Amino acid sequence: MENILLLVHTEADGSLAKSALESLQAAQSLAGGLGGPALTIGIVGEKIQAAANQIAGCGAAKFLGVEGADFAQPRYASDAAAAEALCKAAEATVVIAPATSRWTRVLAGVAARLNGRVETHVTGLRAEDCAVSVTRWYYRQRMEAVLSRTQRPWVLLIDPGSQPAWEGATGTAVVETIAVTLPESSKRTTVTGLRAPSADAQTIRPDADLLFVTGAGWTKKQADGQTHVPEAEQIIFNFLKLTRASLGSSKSLVDLGGEGQAVISFLTHLNQIGQTGSTPRHPKGLSTCCHGEEPHAVGWRFIKERRAISLDANCGWARGKADVLYIADAFAVMAKVNELVGAQ
Amino acid sequence: MSTAYQIVVCGSIVPDPLQTLEPVSGPADPALKNEAMLPSVLDPWAGHALFEAANLAKNNPGSKVYLVSLAPKAKLQQVMMTLAQKVPFELVALDGSASGFTDAFETAGALADAILGIPGLDKSKLLVFGGWESASRCAGVTMQVIGEKLGIVDQFQGVDELKVNADGSLEILERIDGGKHQISTCSGAPALLGWATGNLPEPKNNPQVGMANMRVVMPALQKAKPAPVGAGGIAFASVALPKQLRETRIVKDAAPEEIAREIVEWISK
Repeated sequence: MENILLLVHTEADGSLAKSALESLQAAQSLAGGLGGPALTIGIVGEKIQAAANQIAGCGAAKFLGVEGADFAQPRYASDAAAAEALCKAAEATVVIAPATSRWTRVLAGVAARLNGRVETHVTGLRAEDCAVSVTRWYYRQRMEAVLSRTQRPWVLLIDPGSQPAWEGATGTAVVETIAVTLPESSKRTTVTGLRAPSADAQTIRPDADLLFVTGAGWTKKQADGQTHVPEAEQIIFNFLKLTRASLGSSKSLVDLGGEGQAVISFLTHLNQIGQTGSTPRHPKGLSTCCHGEEPHAVGWRFIKERRAISLDANCGWARGKADVLYIADAFAVMAKVNELVGAQ
Repeated sequence: MSTAYQIVVCGSIVPDPLQTLEPVSGPADPALKNEAMLPSVLDPWAGHALFEAANLAKNNPGSKVYLVSLAPKAKLQQVMMTLAQKVPFELVALDGSASGFTDAFETAGALADAILGIPGLDKSKLLVFGGWESASRCAGVTMQVIGEKLGIVDQFQGVDELKVNADGSLEILERIDGGKHQISTCSGAPALLGWATGNLPEPKNNPQVGMANMRVVMPALQKAKPAPVGAGGIAFASVALPKQLRETRIVKDAAPEEIAREIVEWISK
């Protein structure tokens, strides 16, 4: 019989993020499929009671927590110590956690400490005949595998957006605190702050309904034989401002900056999607001026509804991968889109 | 204050991203169709780590860069022909599978042992670099496990910038959720950094660097120890390409206004 631990951390405001609730739903479903082993919740943060209360109605057998000022900020040494202590206290054989940046950077190390194993970027969990198997992608989302492991504990990091979020009653949870004292050698690193663009300039919005993908075509010569980069920049920026869409970009467009060519000024490598970028999950995606075959198209593999604007009817980025392909000039279409959205 | 670092970059090879990849059942674990024939490149994020390491070494006199790589040595030799012309490094080669289907823990164990075997290794000067994820296994596991095996608890992943402060402390920018960076200060080496893209372009080929590197690359390849890594403990039920092919509706010869209206209606739904 497996012992399942859901491992979550608090956000800056003390609450649990949506990705934590998605992992809770996955943990509950797995426990159900395995015939109902007890689910333990482990929480890490500066203060954890509010987070525990947020999911008090989830039916967990036990709430464990590690809290204190040392655990307020994401730091490998302190997070690893906290997670290790919780896994040991819960005697977990399967540990489920959301693949947040905080957990992703630490739980493989924790698995190593526990002589267990880890699976990251898990997009599906299954229980068959009392055995757990998971689905994850290999070679940058180009092939999908279903696998199981004999080693325990088995840590499973669930990709945000891949599972439905748990919904249930709040309440008052009884949390058993696990004491973790950090040695000085674990305090050599201090988190000093965050660097983020101002709210208006922030173009990466993981919770947006729409991903707007820009390709290198925006910076190429247009029908008049000239490039129109400032105009492209204005159109894209206005669209993002009006729709609050998230901005993704092809690698080639981001790389142009390093090659000394005119670029879209607010694009960085953080916007890059695909082979060496992210593979975000949004309900809808609109790609413009993107070209390329399968390897380039993985960037929007997890976008549900997809539309594309391109001058090439046979482009592998769109044909067979988009629901609708508009053969048109993106400059003209997007300028009109902005007009219409602005008038709403 | 300038510190002479020992910078160990862990990086393997992956199939050229533009190649068509297809999984097949291997004798034990899954493999790629014609895997031995596929052209390879240095893993992209490991490449960024190597270029950042070389830049750090250049700015900190007395520093040395090692590239520890686990791959089939014939393929590794091919990749070295180009890579060795980019930046100065000393290769430590291990001969084994670079398949994405091997277990990251086995790979990490072999790499950690190789790092510990570097003559004159001084942990007080040690910075371990690598890509935060590979383009093959894509797990982000290997570097963390190497850090654990080396006893390094100052670890950073998704690193885009490293600055050495005047007092020798390290200021590090890591990618976090929502398009932001977390800024951390670490009092100094030893530390482990899994790099994302960093800030440096790929260096141009330099034949002089290539000549100097190849003098040690070839002997390193010749004495590469076998590293029999596999996927022990993993049972693959299936590995398959996504079959989803969409019926694309192609809209031709429509006016921009008409297309714009349709798009706005779709966005607003």
